[in-house]
Amino acid sequence: MMAELALQLLDIMLVAILIGLAWATLESKDEGRGVVLFIAFGLVLALVWARLAAPDVAIAEAAIGAGLSGALLLAAVRDQKRAAAQATDAPAEASWEASRGGAVPPAVPWALGVLCLGLALMVAWAFAHALANGAPQRLAGEVLGRLSESGVTNPVTAVLLNFRACDTLLELGVLLVALLGIQALGPQRRPYAPAEPVLASLVRWLIPALILTGGYLLWVGAHAPGGAFQAGAVLAAGGVLLRLAGRRSAGLPGGAALRLLSVGGVAAFLAVGLALLLAGRPFLGFPSAWAGALILLIEAAATLAIAVTLIQAYLGGRVPSADGGSEPRWPATPDGPNP
Amino acid sequence: MARHTGWTQPVITTQLLYGLAGVALLSLGLRGALAAVSMLRRLLALNLMGSGVFLMLVALAYRGPGMPPDPVPHALVLTGIVVAVSATALALALGRRLAETREGD
Repeated sequence: MMAELALQLLDIMLVAILIGLAWATLESKDEGRGVVLFIAFGLVLALVWARLAAPDVAIAEAAIGAGLSGALLLAAVRDQKRAAAQATDAPAEASWEASRGGAVPPAVPWALGVLCLGLALMVAWAFAHALANGAPQRLAGEVLGRLSESGVTNPVTAVLLNFRACDTLLELGVLLVALLGIQALGPQRRPYAPAEPVLASLVRWLIPALILTGGYLLWVGAHAPGGAFQAGAVLAAGGVLLRLAGRRSAGLPGGAALRLLSVGGVAAFLAVGLALLLAGRPFLGFPSAWAGALILLIEAAATLAIAVTLIQAYLGGRVPSADGGSEPRWPATPDGPNP
Repeated sequence: MARHTGWTQPVITTQLLYGLAGVALLSLGLRGALAAVSMLRRLLALNLMGSGVFLMLVALAYRGPGMPPDPVPHALVLTGIVVAVSATALALALGRRLAETREGD
């Protein structure tokens, strides 16, 4: 009874903090502050996932939702501040945000509030309806019942890589398309100055630990929380760290190797799927004796693809070619010399 | 606590609490996304909106202590988190290009 009460208290506190942080994120005057609050929101959300018995999601949220999204958004805030500092005398349109300068009639915020409240009430009603009338089993029974045929014992990995493998294939496709879009838009961001000794030696210790953690998460995903997404995100965190410490390549290989790694996830998926088709099985319909090995193969390629894709997304554009010719758009700046 | 193996009251309470928190995030985020002036704020709001949807899904998947949760929504949310970060990265790249283009005019 006491334990239940404590748990309910925890629930209420977590929800209150979560909504408070979301509110503060949206209301903060300074955008950098808003981003930091958003990162804190992501970390609290990871706690909520752990509370709701979703450890796989919790790891992914902490690494991707809070970590990498946060790094991306902070880099964007930096770009924006630089643009503002460079163009103090330029017209306001030159800034990142188009200034619409208070031309909004006063009724609009009210109308928006009413609209969003109405939508919230409708969604809340639908959610409560689904809770009250839905079969409590849903698809869980089906997944858990056929888990032994899937080649893995972590049900989330079984869904991602076996029962709904097509979804994950398409998701890797989405990642690849996003990467192509980012690279089509322009060159990467300016690199950082070489790190101070403290950060540099911290990075020397952290990178091997992150690689080890990534490998562990990949391997353990077969039977415990973990898997390709979490492992890829942890590896990507290593790349972001290297970049922040002044390593221009962010640990990425160059040229063909990088392109090969970037498409590796989709390629491994398609190769396995087509091989299975040729062997007379449905597309991505793993035979249960081989399922474990095939899933590990796909996940290994997917881990590397996710990692290099997320790092390249952080770099924010085309990686300069090996001769270093394509980039010198950036003048020397207070950020320090380019290595 | 493992006594609750069925569809008992506390489980529904937990699901409802977190699900409604998800609804609140969804509508806060929607309002923020529609009202925001800057693109960065709009992206933050859209991410919060997505988190609200994820929270509703995971709340539906929760089946109480001692019961394995439904793994299908968990897999959906994992996929969603990765898609959300790649969409955010693409949007930021678009915003950067847009700003450069405006400067160049």
